[in-house]
Amino acid sequence: MQRAHFWVRISTTVLLAVALAGLQACASLTPVEKSTALPASTQSQYVWLNRVTWGANTTAVRQLERVGQTHWLQHQLLPHDAVLPEPARATVQSMTISQMGLTDLVLKMEQRRKDADAVKGDAENKAAQQAYQNELTRLSIEAATRHLLRALYSSSQVQEQMSWFWLNYFNVHFDKHNLRAMLGDYEDSVLRPLALGRFRDLLGAVTYHPAMLRYLDNELNASGHINENFARELMELHTLGVDGGYTQNDVQELAKVLTGVGVNLNVDNPSVHKDLTRFYVRRGLFEFNPHRHEWGPKTLLGRTITGEGLHEVEAALDILTSHPATARFVSRKLATFWLSDVPPQSLIDRMAVTWKATDGRIASVLESLFTSAEFMNAPPSKFKDPMRYVLSSVRLAYDSKVVPNVGPVLDWINRLGEPLYGRQTPDGYPLVASAWDSSGQMNTRFEIAKTIGSDSAGLFKTDGQPMSVEAAFPQLASALYFQAIQSTLSPATLTALEQANSPQEWNTFLLAAPESMRR
Amino acid sequence: MHRRDFLRNGFRSTAVAALGLPYMQSPLAAAIGNAGSPKFLFVFLRGGMDAASLLVPTSSSFYYEVRPDIAIDKPNSDMASALTLTTDWGLHPVFRDSLYPLFRKGELAFVPFSGSANLSRSHFETQDSIELGQLNSGSISYGSGFLNRLSAQLQDGKAVFPMAFTDQLPIVFQGSLRVPNTSLRDLTTPSVDARQSAIITAMYKGNALEGSVQSGFAVREQIMRKMSEEMESANRGAITAKGFELEARRIARLMRDQYSVGFVDIGGWDTHVTQGGATGYLASRFEELGQGLVAFSQEMGTDWNNTVVVVMSEFGRTLLQNGNRGTEHGHGSVMCVLGGAVHGGQVVGEQRQISASTLFQNRDYPVMNEYRSVLGGIFKRLWGMSDSQLKIVFPGYAGAQDLGLV
Repeated sequence: MQRAHFWVRISTTVLLAVALAGLQACASLTPVEKSTALPASTQSQYVWLNRVTWGANTTAVRQLERVGQTHWLQHQLLPHDAVLPEPARATVQSMTISQMGLTDLVLKMEQRRKDADAVKGDAENKAAQQAYQNELTRLSIEAATRHLLRALYSSSQVQEQMSWFWLNYFNVHFDKHNLRAMLGDYEDSVLRPLALGRFRDLLGAVTYHPAMLRYLDNELNASGHINENFARELMELHTLGVDGGYTQNDVQELAKVLTGVGVNLNVDNPSVHKDLTRFYVRRGLFEFNPHRHEWGPKTLLGRTITGEGLHEVEAALDILTSHPATARFVSRKLATFWLSDVPPQSLIDRMAVTWKATDGRIASVLESLFTSAEFMNAPPSKFKDPMRYVLSSVRLAYDSKVVPNVGPVLDWINRLGEPLYGRQTPDGYPLVASAWDSSGQMNTRFEIAKTIGSDSAGLFKTDGQPMSVEAAFPQLASALYFQAIQSTLSPATLTALEQANSPQEWNTFLLAAPESMRR
Repeated sequence: MHRRDFLRNGFRSTAVAALGLPYMQSPLAAAIGNAGSPKFLFVFLRGGMDAASLLVPTSSSFYYEVRPDIAIDKPNSDMASALTLTTDWGLHPVFRDSLYPLFRKGELAFVPFSGSANLSRSHFETQDSIELGQLNSGSISYGSGFLNRLSAQLQDGKAVFPMAFTDQLPIVFQGSLRVPNTSLRDLTTPSVDARQSAIITAMYKGNALEGSVQSGFAVREQIMRKMSEEMESANRGAITAKGFELEARRIARLMRDQYSVGFVDIGGWDTHVTQGGATGYLASRFEELGQGLVAFSQEMGTDWNNTVVVVMSEFGRTLLQNGNRGTEHGHGSVMCVLGGAVHGGQVVGEQRQISASTLFQNRDYPVMNEYRSVLGGIFKRLWGMSDSQLKIVFPGYAGAQDLGLV
């Protein structure tokens, strides 16, 4: 009795609202976005938006409807500053990583580390070390928080996803040295602004960023002390791919090219012999030290490396990015992320053609993917990784109502095993279903579905503030549900939803449904 | 040292391998008949456990020289001194009532100077490398761990149930075979209740994820049942186990009834600062480990006789103590091999006297018994696996090193 009662109640309320809104829109010719009505094309837009945003919701449907798909896509493929609604904007604005540049921040933290090291007494020393570590962790949580707020609320959804994609592609791990102090800049100066630009520019910026040079040990790579770590991954994971046609000899040659490319955490430059000063380069924390460089001729992939010193690195990156294997490798990664675990070869080939024609312009390669028949006509079958599962659920549940505390969101992503900056190996998290559909994963997803569906889950609880009066459970049985989502659900899912005893349980079942696991 | 043991055991294993005995005639399978199928638990100590504190080189004066503050005393009447294992080796005294009796009963053996050849001294890189088990195999497949490949090989015609007792599927169990995972560390009552589970399961009928969803709820259900057994025994006045002991008991209950290849990890071994000696931080970690392993052996019941547990860490630590009465990341480590049918009570494998001149890179134990070769030897005996199967489990490795432990 109770169940049936609830069902009738939400259905009639929403349908009435939709009907009234529709009438209003027709009668007054007010802009559609001001009413609660959704366009007739909502259902196809919902499916499309689930593929091209971090998760479809009513706000995204309205934006798409307002400008049309062609214009929307053009806009999405241009880089923009992340425009965030309040209070997300203010939160990001107040962060240390927004207020201090990389060099100042890292030098400050270095001083703090040295001060902590100098503290006398076991207990006092331990406390000082702990305080230093806590501050590093706080900086990485700031970066993660900013990343999530942008993913949830920025209208530049393709760019936000590509920022995550490149973070994963050029993976670094938070737990090495003081990398936690570098993550914010790595994202904000390199990955996000260059996410849609030329791949060569992005690769160059990554190669010179202290976060990458530390993570893959190139700061230790010097003449007489060759460390091949970065050189190998630069070809295997960042450009050509493991089957891209390079040899161990190429790894060794590229490692030699990269000698002397490192990080300087001191304010002062080292003393350099007068014959070599013209080769010395210092840009913030980045340093090329000619004394650490292995001089002499080098070849890579059968081609002679031109120039001397840091120019060799530029020449090597040119060789790597212009290699056809790189175009195919990156295109396959992109298609796997956006479309399918096993993207069709013909599609990858066409993307690689675009790559060649546009000198590796990422936005153009993406455009050829998004406008392909394979992409337009694909069923929603791509399994969501944990990041996407959590973000799409929160975006659907709260839409543009900004959650002031993304702590629980971070926690859910961590519990599902895909923490930001938490991948230890340089290959990044896998983009395919088999890595994420284990039994333990599904169990945890259902628990999180219930947490999100049942109450505000701490999302509206901020330090020292009482719970906002808005805090309640979300209303997933929305106009969007009845106009778009419902018709995408299987009879089994609809049957389950009918068995819900409460709106909270109905939310839980919807977020736990097979259709919510895929896009 | 124990060259003779090694040679004898090595010879015996070669003979067995040469005969190419089929599965049911493998030594353990023959010994246990149909009483129970072989079971294997891999306990991974993440963080670089200090091998020289667990298995103490009591005959090395060099060890005592370079560890003035943290060495474990040679066996003497003091309860804080090492427990005698052999003329060369002692056991940390905190294991007096846990691992030491197992060793004396002949159910525990040690393989010193063991580990991975990976030289990065990076926790993550070495852990991953160990879990992947593909060092020297040319191109590395990052998505394929050795326990997954092992389970896949064993599944060929036999019922083998692998399980990762961890929150996430660890690299060691990733790969082509679908392996369930669930941590038994902190069990909280799930919020999704039985009715909701049934409704959710029904949504997945016929879906590609049906298997995952069903086994997820089934494992959860099974665990909740085991939990109620735990509560019953607590009500009967039993001392409530904590930490790894509790986790190990839970793992044993599941492995006893169903799972045959298991994995669990324990962190907290990265002792750079004030690691302690006979007492202190590391000693308390050892105490928890020892109690857990004994609890596991007890809880397995008669199945303990067909079970092998291997405990290892990604690397050992520097033999020299550092300026903070701790130790730095090292290289060679120790593997502990336990089980009711293990030929224990011995310290086996290639060994050397520990002195300044025999250290690896002037700081660490060398690796003389590569972990894959040691494991290969155990798998061969435990399941009667063939060399070609083992080459799939450990591509590029030097071949099984049969220490005659099973």
